[in-house]
Amino acid sequence: MRTDRRSLLKVALAAGAAGGTSFPHIWNRNADLAYAAKGELKVGVLYSLTGTTAIIESSLNHATLLAIEEINAAGGVNGMKLVPVVEDPESDPATFAQKARKLVLSDKCVSVFGSYTSASRKAVLPVFEKYKGLYWYPTLYEGRECSQNVIYTGAVPNQQQKDFIPWLVRNFGKKFYLIGSNYIYPKEENNVCKILLNQLGGEVVGEEYVPLGHSEFGSVIQKFKDTQPNVIFSTVVGDSVVALHRQYKAAGLDPAKMPMASLTTSEEEIAAMGGDFAAGHFTSAPYFMSTDTPENHKFVEAFQKRWGKDKVTHFVSEPAYFQVYLFKQAVEKLSADNIAPETIRKAAWGQEFRAPEGLVKIDPENAHTYLWPKIGQAQANGQFKIIEQVKEWVQPSPYWAYPGEVCTPSGLVEKKV
Amino acid sequence: MVEAFNQILNGLSIASILLLVSLGLAIIYGSMGVINLAHGDFLMLGAYAVWFLQSTFGIGLLPCLGLVFVIVGLVGWAIERTLIRHLYGRPLDTLLATWGIGIILQQAIRLSAGAELRYVKMPDYLINPINLFGTDISAYRLMIFGVTLALLVATYLLIFRSNFGMRLRAVTQNAEISRCFGINVSQVYALTFAYGAGLAGLAGALVSPLKSVSPDMGTGYVVDAFLVVVMGGVQSLFGTVASAGMLGQLSTWFAFVSNDTLARALVFSLVLVMIRFRPQGLFVTQVRRG
Repeated sequence: MRTDRRSLLKVALAAGAAGGTSFPHIWNRNADLAYAAKGELKVGVLYSLTGTTAIIESSLNHATLLAIEEINAAGGVNGMKLVPVVEDPESDPATFAQKARKLVLSDKCVSVFGSYTSASRKAVLPVFEKYKGLYWYPTLYEGRECSQNVIYTGAVPNQQQKDFIPWLVRNFGKKFYLIGSNYIYPKEENNVCKILLNQLGGEVVGEEYVPLGHSEFGSVIQKFKDTQPNVIFSTVVGDSVVALHRQYKAAGLDPAKMPMASLTTSEEEIAAMGGDFAAGHFTSAPYFMSTDTPENHKFVEAFQKRWGKDKVTHFVSEPAYFQVYLFKQAVEKLSADNIAPETIRKAAWGQEFRAPEGLVKIDPENAHTYLWPKIGQAQANGQFKIIEQVKEWVQPSPYWAYPGEVCTPSGLVEKKV
Repeated sequence: MVEAFNQILNGLSIASILLLVSLGLAIIYGSMGVINLAHGDFLMLGAYAVWFLQSTFGIGLLPCLGLVFVIVGLVGWAIERTLIRHLYGRPLDTLLATWGIGIILQQAIRLSAGAELRYVKMPDYLINPINLFGTDISAYRLMIFGVTLALLVATYLLIFRSNFGMRLRAVTQNAEISRCFGINVSQVYALTFAYGAGLAGLAGALVSPLKSVSPDMGTGYVVDAFLVVVMGGVQSLFGTVASAGMLGQLSTWFAFVSNDTLARALVFSLVLVMIRFRPQGLFVTQVRRG
């Protein structure tokens, strides 16, 4: 193509026109620097909508958006509307980090709600720590973390296991088989389980980890049959849970004699495997869909009305929901010009909220959450029957298995035992 | 002793599932030279077809099978007619194209059926285990074993004993010469692709009650299927059968002596070493290519 003066002029004009529309934006940038601008408050919603964990994470996305919509419908936070910025990190830790950077730096989200897997949380941590953001993490996890930039609203091992293991030993016996998926969460949970069993004089007859996404449990089930444990303690995650339960039943094992006791099997997985396959097994968690509180009836009804009659709520979607309210309460304590991730974090300490599971509180020491652990037995209709419930809330203790280490407001402190 | 017997049965059961999921791939790859990366997603479509038929019309799993074969076969046929047929003789391009098709299928299902795990009901009369020589074995898995055997026989008859199979074998050897003899090559390709897709759909339908149905369930299976096909030798039906059997037994026994994580790694390294020394696979049928 020949470039003459006329076409060059056209290009220059076009560039000028384009520049004209985009330039003012740059000059206006300063106005956006404050987190609360134009009566709006941006929050990030970072749950995978595609990829391997999309199944469970989309329910967390739904719970978060429901809470945001409810808060906005009720007048917002101190009159400010919450504006959710939804990103899809595609179940990939690297993408999580990249999207987190975008939410913190370019969207200027004052807080981000997100993550299901520990891998994705570990991937975004450096971002929030470097740029002083605030991350709200709803999932039960392995503990042993004490970030200055995260508020943890899911259960840690001591909350799920301290009553569960003794109860299992009392009711079924002392021989445990530990089966988990092969990554950090099951290993840390099993550490705690072994400490508890040790105190109770229990015995571990087998410990095994299967690859993530594993779906052939023939050999594992053969080992169950050989070792005859009283309890199969399961921290298998994802769709492996479905395969394990179905093959357990197909192999002719009986939950009344050798139940699976899980920290990870929720209503969501049961819906996928069919109630018959889950019936009789146990899960310990702070929340079940069948929890009988007025707050929960309201939550379940609102969730199904918004997202579909056949949807279930579970022990990760509930914290994903109530943590938005805790965020709201923290922000309400601050004046509009003082709203920033750091101030919100301080204001969140000690906040209490009547969640679907009961009254919860953010621990001012370690930024984890006081919760109400329950033991549920799965029923053929896909719901849990709550068999035991703690009398009072249980304090979170993320370093329970590591007596030399304590999480404090200013970070991890190691003390001499 | 009972234990060992049980493990052998476990291995056979895994082998039959492996064979089931790799049969369609082996046929498409072996006779058309198309590396179909969307194979796992055809499987996923089959599983969703069953889920859909079951949850909307209440049809049981077994009566669904024929319908699923036809539905997924038709999808395969449509894809071959619109896209694959333009890419014959360009293996890299078909690789990329079928991979893309796989992603499109996955996202289409995710958008239409939702991202959550779905539940396909096992037929009631197959839920309870059967006692076989003193060991409990899943009735459903026995059924899968039977169906796989039947499909294998059907495929064998189709390829080696039918008129269509003769044309297919001719086209596999030399498409140009076949055309000269009046064989409608593009029709043979389209039907073969549809048949392979239909088999994948059947496989998906059959494994769905054992595992869970989700949009990305095919990803794991496509890896397994490739493992079987690569190890068995690309053009050999017998090789596919033998290698599925071997891989099934190996993975259960490795898993039994050590654990599943290690077993997976061991099986993969074994296949790696094998293709280093026998890139053509364990079993090769002599085929003259034009």
